[in-house]
Amino acid sequence: MPISVEEVFETVKMTLDHHFDIRTVTLGINLKDCMDRNLNAFTRRIEKRIVEKGLLLNKFAETIENRYGIPITNRRIAVTPAALLLEPLPRNIKTAVGLARALDKAAGKAHIDFIGGFGAMVQKGMTSADETLIDAIPQALSKTQRLCGFLNLASTAAGMNMDAVVKFGHTLKKLAHLTKNGIGCAKIAVFANVPEDNPFMAGAHHGIGEPDFSLNIGISGPGVVRNVVLQNPTCDLTQLAEVIKRTVFKITRAGELIGREIAELMNVNFGIVDISLASTTAAGDSVAEIIEAMGVKSMGLPGSTAALALLMNAVKKGGAMASGNIGGLSGTFIPVSEDAGMIRAVRKGTLSLEKLEALTSVCSVGLDMFAVPGDTPAETLSAIIADELSIGIVNNKTTSVRVIPVPRKKAGDIVHFGGLLGSAPVMPVPKITSPKFIARKGRIPASIHALRN
Amino acid sequence: MPRKKPAQICIVTVTGIDKVGIIARLAAAMAKANINIVDVNQKIMEDYFVMTMAIDMARAQIDIEQLKKKLDRIGDEMSLKITVQDATIFKAMHRV
Repeated sequence: MPISVEEVFETVKMTLDHHFDIRTVTLGINLKDCMDRNLNAFTRRIEKRIVEKGLLLNKFAETIENRYGIPITNRRIAVTPAALLLEPLPRNIKTAVGLARALDKAAGKAHIDFIGGFGAMVQKGMTSADETLIDAIPQALSKTQRLCGFLNLASTAAGMNMDAVVKFGHTLKKLAHLTKNGIGCAKIAVFANVPEDNPFMAGAHHGIGEPDFSLNIGISGPGVVRNVVLQNPTCDLTQLAEVIKRTVFKITRAGELIGREIAELMNVNFGIVDISLASTTAAGDSVAEIIEAMGVKSMGLPGSTAALALLMNAVKKGGAMASGNIGGLSGTFIPVSEDAGMIRAVRKGTLSLEKLEALTSVCSVGLDMFAVPGDTPAETLSAIIADELSIGIVNNKTTSVRVIPVPRKKAGDIVHFGGLLGSAPVMPVPKITSPKFIARKGRIPASIHALRN
Repeated sequence: MPRKKPAQICIVTVTGIDKVGIIARLAAAMAKANINIVDVNQKIMEDYFVMTMAIDMARAQIDIEQLKKKLDRIGDEMSLKITVQDATIFKAMHRV
């Protein structure tokens, strides 16, 4: 059956009017074979590989963008977790920062805006290289432009490494003080059950189970989904789930086609399509506004969690039908600063930190891009992280935290991060907290859900 | 005998306000670049005038990027939004 005018128009309108884009094509690059006991020899090798592949990624992304007329907004690179690469190198912060600078420089030369992977898998324990990397995070992320980091602090199978959670609370405070408005903290996310093939920053990295190269794609269409919800103002929720599912099927198919073609041109493995709805600060490109279009008066009010769960379920069903290679996070981002509807809800007082935490239990990816007062103690940050990651452990899902303790700001202030990162109202955090619980450290044992064999 | 090149079908979409000479302008541009027009359809949808033109670029003397630039110029002159996309994307999105 030939394609009808209606079908063509639907696709064209998605990109022209509803911000449909391929949010990111992310090339995962294995750097394990570049490892060396000499930092200079090591960084020379990784720079050569990253620059060569990064330039190709940009070139072919452009070819495919022109061929299909669907914008590819970001081209990014994810590498092997840096803590692993540090293993043969001297245990000092200078070396870790040297690696950070080398990754940053290579990304710059390849015209890649973000490179991910400055991180470690420490859900059960830390090697001395892992500890060195965590100690180096404040300097590494404040002295580079394009580098992003991640830490996996917990998993369903291992439980939660509270030693690392405590350490990271202090790391975050230091990082916040070294960068304007604490913006450096936007470049690192901590996880429970981190996926190894997630194409979205800040958590992207090329996991150890991955091949030499892997091309992963993140589609995005909150604007498209919101539009289809708005066009069905009175249908019941069963029908609404159906129309969302159909729309997500279409955008996922576009993503899979584009990912496969870029991978083929680059002669690398095609990895996964991440179907996460990722909002931007553009008007209408908001997940909160989808929930509001469903009939919830303002994001965060009663009904929001149910609406988000419905949305998420429909997105996954549409995506899974469209592609056999769904992976990464494949949830819904509800970042506070990057979503106009979320910002509005916090300012109106309908969305609190506590409700945000509840929302993340039905969607990926966690407490994302939210600002808290600069005087929030490190122990409180650790406690917020421990709470959120527990949701991931118990529910066998990914959760993450990307929190910005903004120096010298207090609850209610607005912080402008600029560009893609948007602006965030500083959210209040309880003054009375639980330092004794955090000070116990140790490891929260693995979940009973891990015993599945 | 040289084998016939396989077709490379792209869809040109024009949206905006209907006026005299749209098809003529596009057809002239296509002919100049040795692009064959395979099919043309048009409709009024949601107050938009929408025309789709299926073209075969197998023997084109320009690539899709150059064609896009040409169409952008025509679009600017005639106050229309013109896009061109490889037809595979529509099949992927609208056919199971």
